[in-house]
Formats: sequence, structure tokens, C-alpha cells
Amino acid sequence: MKLLKQFRYHIAVFFSVIGPGFITAVVDNDAGGIFTYSQAGAKYGYLSLWTLIPITVLLIVAQEMCSRMGAVTGKGLSDLIREEFGLRTTFMMMAALVLANLTNVMANFAGIASSLELFHVSKYISVPIGAFLVWILVVKGTYQSVEKVFLYACSIFLCYIVSGILVKPDWKEAAIYSVIPTMRYDPGYITMLIGMVGTSVAPWMQFFLQAAVVEKGITAKEYAESRIEVVVGCIVMSVIAFFIIVACAGAIWSVAPRDIKDSTDAALGLRPFGEYAYLLFCAGLLNASLFAACIQPLSTAYTVCEGLGFESGINKRFSEAPIFYWLFTLLIVIGAGVVLLPNFPLVRMILFSQVLNGILLPFVLIYMIRLINKKELMREWTASRTYNIVAWVSVVVMIVLTAFLVVLSLRELFG
Amino acid sequence: MPDNLFFTELQGLRVFDVKGRQIGRIRDAAVVPLVDPIRVDRYLVGGGWAWLTIRHDQVQTISLKGIFLRDEKLTPYHRDEYMLRLGRDLLDQQIIDVHGRKVVRVTDITFDIQRSNSHDELRLVEVDVGVRSIFRRLAQGVLPIGFVRRAMMRIPPNSIPWEFCNIVEADPQRRLRLNISHTMLEKMHPADLADIVEELSAEDREAIFETIDNEVAADTLSEVEPEIQMRILESLDTEKAADIIGEMSPHEAADLLGELEESASEEILEEMDTAPKGEVRELLEFEEDTAGGMMNTEYISLHENATVADAMEALKGNEELLENLNTLFLIGPGEKFVASVPLARLFSAAGAALLRDLKSEPARCVTVDEKQDRVTELFDKYNLLTLPVVDDAGKLSGVITVDDIISVLRQK
Repeated sequence: MKLLKQFRYHIAVFFSVIGPGFITAVVDNDAGGIFTYSQAGAKYGYLSLWTLIPITVLLIVAQEMCSRMGAVTGKGLSDLIREEFGLRTTFMMMAALVLANLTNVMANFAGIASSLELFHVSKYISVPIGAFLVWILVVKGTYQSVEKVFLYACSIFLCYIVSGILVKPDWKEAAIYSVIPTMRYDPGYITMLIGMVGTSVAPWMQFFLQAAVVEKGITAKEYAESRIEVVVGCIVMSVIAFFIIVACAGAIWSVAPRDIKDSTDAALGLRPFGEYAYLLFCAGLLNASLFAACIQPLSTAYTVCEGLGFESGINKRFSEAPIFYWLFTLLIVIGAGVVLLPNFPLVRMILFSQVLNGILLPFVLIYMIRLINKKELMREWTASRTYNIVAWVSVVVMIVLTAFLVVLSLRELFG
Repeated sequence: MPDNLFFTELQGLRVFDVKGRQIGRIRDAAVVPLVDPIRVDRYLVGGGWAWLTIRHDQVQTISLKGIFLRDEKLTPYHRDEYMLRLGRDLLDQQIIDVHGRKVVRVTDITFDIQRSNSHDELRLVEVDVGVRSIFRRLAQGVLPIGFVRRAMMRIPPNSIPWEFCNIVEADPQRRLRLNISHTMLEKMHPADLADIVEELSAEDREAIFETIDNEVAADTLSEVEPEIQMRILESLDTEKAADIIGEMSPHEAADLLGELEESASEEILEEMDTAPKGEVRELLEFEEDTAGGMMNTEYISLHENATVADAMEALKGNEELLENLNTLFLIGPGEKFVASVPLARLFSAAGAALLRDLKSEPARCVTVDEKQDRVTELFDKYNLLTLPVVDDAGKLSGVITVDDIISVLRQK
């Protein structure tokens, strides 16, 4: 009886902490992520599926650190960096973060435009409406209501699972390649693997997650449940990625392996396998892009204002937190605006964003590990030795891979 | 020569001995609040590996050119708990701006250079936040000082006078040593303090609630969001929590305790003084969304045969209720509810008049298990300010006032 009561208590706490970890992990599959996974499936079929397991581990390690710091210190990551490493460091990071996220936002508005173009909606209509929706949701909402909307948006990601099943891929092969690491000494294949890791761990997520944990008021006491939430979130993200790859492998690769131009190209590839598979894939893309277009400007504005000490928070009015709202608004306006410009070099911008993310990520991760090992900050919650080893290995792996990605993107940008 | 100095300029300022030879650069400065809350008492200078301490009276002059000493017998720097190290403990940290009623992050600190015949001293004037100080800190050391000073004048300043700055220190021992009190916070409106508390980390919140006056703590706690209320109560030790809750009205206390886990609320109840405990316990019995759960027990009731003069007497005996009181209640044998008397009618009646002649018609009341929705409906329909609540036997057990209704509606 007591056990049952305890169990019920833990379940209740689990549901009370649900939100931050889940949302962060799921938003990770934004327009850029979906494109990367579609590309992997379309060109190499089931071969790359095995990377999802190490990616999940890397993601869990990174996310877990942030949510723990948030729960124990009650402060955001940019707050902590500011307090421990000073203003100049913080400012540099924030500047890079704003630039990197601005390009992320552009990519997501491009995702909104292209997914709705499949439904014959002109981008001159869809993008302004999308931008306005995003803006109004955040400016007029409260944290609780916004989080609810976000959680619903998370469930729409199920679209990908259904469309993956509708395509009727070769499940046996998918299962085999999910667990058997397959390397190929083909530069294209290696580039793609690195790209998959690179898109899965982005700097902005770390800031967003920690801020969301703090905003939700999760404390060290509920941390155990919060950790489960983070892990579950990361796994869900990988499951969705799995179905995207499988759908594209089943629909495109099994017919004729090829490069796809963008995510909508992947959606069109699904069309012969049924109108629903195609529609769901498009809906998923639209949802993911809208969702990320909401969160990225918001999280950027939060992070920057916290780090630099300006008033922030969606529970404040415009006049109370002007810099916060202006930054947020500008990110949306510019991010959406450039998509409408004819001949805007969007692909180059996305590559540029990958470079910036890649340069920023090592700093963020190293600062995170240094912070989580500070006794006066984390008290009994500092990382254990084994944990530190795992964390350092993960961080080094991520840094090396993103360094490769940076080099590759730079070559493509200027080569 | 400007007669002010910024911490960013102080940090890195060169230090010269009596012969004018450079011995190092300033690394940090400290105030010893127990001695003088605004004078910079120590300068920490680092040349090589170890830091040395310069006492304020060893300094001859301070300017942008450097600090010239008049006494060069410096002592090595050891950790000193009595020091508020400006660079470490204040810069980049969050403090409470008591006057502006918000939490701010310190970007820079402005000192006044007090020049006297014998020697120069630095005094803390303001804490700088906002764009100007950010620019100053970013440009410091990259651009020439003179240029930075001129350029920043174009940016509007944003500073908080030092006397309005309240440092939050979680460690109680350090709080004593640094002479940090939270008394300034007690003068704020509880609702403003509640907003501030919501923005702080759990540790700092706890620190504030532990140190401020119980009554202020109770008022503030009632204004904090329910979610955070619980976290604060759980983090405080039971005795302190009981003291704070004891200061609340039984109704508020019961609402708050009802949100906690049963074992936790029981522990707090045990610690409470006997007087409010019984009432709180009774109120806790009711379901949250019934009239019993909504009602409070702060009302004045009189016998059904009482006169206006009796009522006046009763009012004088209940000063603490007067601010929000608008109705009196008449009770019969067995404390049975008989009628409500609007307070304002007392003024138009003579002292000997019977209260029951002034009552509202008809006498409206609800039972303790009436549903919340029905109660709000009644308030809306009959434009009520108060509504008495009775138990199954008709005995008056509490009253619902219109502000309870507003809270209910706002939560929806």
C-alpha cells in the first residue's frame, strides 16, 4: 500500500515536471533536422540508422547536465556563465548565439513556406501569417499556456511515425541496421553521419532546456523525475528521426537512391505510397517548422536578456522588458522576412548557421562541464567521476564531429 | 581629473610604491560592511602568484593613472569572511533593487573618489546595470579609457543608488559577517516582494523568507504563485513555516496547507500555536471546491437581540478585521445563523435600535458543502459582497467574501 502510494506520488511528480525536456528534444527535429534525416534515408536507405543510438546517448548526456544545473541552481545557463565567467565571455557567446539562431529561424520559416507550398499556399501568405501566429502566441500567452500549446505540438510529431508505417518499409532491414554499425568509406556517407550528429546537438537547446527547467520551478528534489523526462524526451526524438529515415528509405531509396533537394522533395517522394503518407509528412514538416520558429526566437531572447541582465520573461509586459520583446520580434521579422526575398541565398545561410553552431557548441559544452563540477554551485549534485568521464568523452566526440562539420560547411561555402 | 571611478577601471589599475615603482595591478577590492558599508576598505593587488592586501589608509592618491601608496608594508591576502569582495561577490551577480522593485544583475560599480588632504578613498555610490555599463565593460582595455568615457555618455545611464541595493546571501553565517539584512525588503509592498521572490533561485528565496519578519513573510507568501508557495514552505524548516503560517488568517493558512502533502502539513500544524491551529484544522476538513473550502472565519457575529451600540462595541474589540469588513451577522440559540446586517446601515440608526431591524432581506446563506460554481453564481446574481456559510445544523461556520470569489475566478 505504501509502495503504491509512493509510486503514485512519483507518477504525479513526473507529470508535474513534464515539459522542458520533452519539448527541447522534440524541437530538435526542426526543419533542418528533418532535411538531414530525409536525406540520410533517401540516399543511403537504412544504413545510417545505427547512429541514432549514439546520438541519443550524446543528447541525453548534454541535456541531463543542463536540466540538473537548472534544477539545482535555479538559474539559467547564461546566468551561470555570466556569474562564473564574466560579461565578456557571455557577450561573445550571446552574439554568436543570436547569429546562429537567426539562421535557424530562417531555415524554419523556409520550412513553413515550402511545406505549405505543397498545399498550394503561396509563401507570401503563409510566412507572414506564420510569423504573426508565432509572435502573438508568445507575446500574449503565459508560460503555462504556451507550454500547453507546445506539448500539443509535440504530439503532432506522431505524424512521422504514421507516415513511416504507411510507406511499408522493410522492417527487418531497418531493425538490423539499427543495431549494426555500418561504415562506408564514401565521403558523402561520412559527411552525412557528421551532419546527423551536428544537427542533433545544438547550442540553443542547452540554453532553452535549462531556462525552461528553471521557469517551471523544478527543484533538486524533483530532479529524479525530471531526469527521466529528459531521457524519455531524447528517446522520443530518436524514434521520430528513425521513422523519418525509414519513411524516406522505404519510399525513395528502395526505388532509386538519390539526393533530395529539400524536405518537400522527400514528401513528394512519399506520394506514390499513398496520399496520407505524403500529407502526414507535409503536416509534420509544417508543425516542426512552426514549432521551432516559436521556440528559437523565444529562447534566444530569454538567454540573451538573462545573460546580459535585461528584464525578460513572457509574463512581463512590453514596457517592462523592451529589449526582450524587441529581440524576439526582430528575430521573427528578419527570419521570416528574408524567406520572402527573391534569390535570397538560403542554403548558404543554413550552411553558415551550421558553422556558427559548430563553433559555439564546444564552448557551451566545456563551460557546462566546468559549471557542473563547481562544488559551491552544485553542492552534492556535482558530477561523479564516472559521469565526468562519460561527459568528457561525449563532449570530445561532439566537438570533433562538429569541427569536421564546420570544415565541410566552410568548404562548401567557399570552395 | 574625474572624481568618480568605475570598477572596470579600478580592476587592472596599476599600483605604485612610495618611490613610484610599479608593484602590480589591482585585482579586486573589498568592502568590510561591519566597519563601513560604503568605503572600499581593502584593495587586492596581484603581481605574481600571490595577492597582497592594501588597506585603505595606505593609499595616497587614486586616479586613472594608478594608485600611489604612502605606506608599502603590504600583507598577503588570505581569505577573509568579513569582506564583501566586489569583483567576486557583487559584479555579475543578481541583487534586488528595492526602489525599482526588481531583480537586477550588476554590470559595473561606480565609486566616488573622496579627496582629502591626507589620502584618497573610494566610496561606493551606485551599481550600474543596463547598456551603458555593458558597453563600458566590453570596451575596457580594448579602447582607450578617455574615449570609452566620452563615448558612453551617448548611452542613457541606468544605475541604482547603493542604498537601494539589497544583496541576497544564502549562507546565514556569511550574512551575519557581512552585515546583510533584509529589513529593506520588509518595507516593500508584499505583492512587489512576491514578484521579486518568484524571480530568485530557490536558495535565495529561502534565505529571504528565513530572515524577514514573520508577518511580512506571511503577507508575501500569500501573494506568491501557488506552485512556488509550496516549494518555499517545503524548503523552510517546520518551525519557521509554522511561525509564518501562524501569521496568516486561518482561511489562507488552510488553503496553503491543503496544497501540501498530508504529512508535511500535519508537521507544520503540530508546530503551530494552539489558538489558530484548531480553526485551521477545521477549515482543512472541507473540500477545496465547496463553500467550506472557500470560506474564512474572520467575521463578527452578534446575538439576534443586540443593539447598534452593542455592534459598535464589538467593532472596537475587533480592530484588525475592520479594514475589509462590510457585514455583521446575527445568530440565535446554538449559534444558528439568523440574518446579515450591512455595516453602513449602522450609521443611519440610533444607538438603541435593534440590529435585526436593519437586516438585509431575505437572509441568504449557503451550506458548507455547496459547490463552488453555485456560490460564484449567487454572488453574481445577487451582487453580494459577503455570503455566510452554515453547517448542516444551520450553525454559522464562516463567511465567503467577494475577494475569495475573485481569486477563484482568476484561477480558472
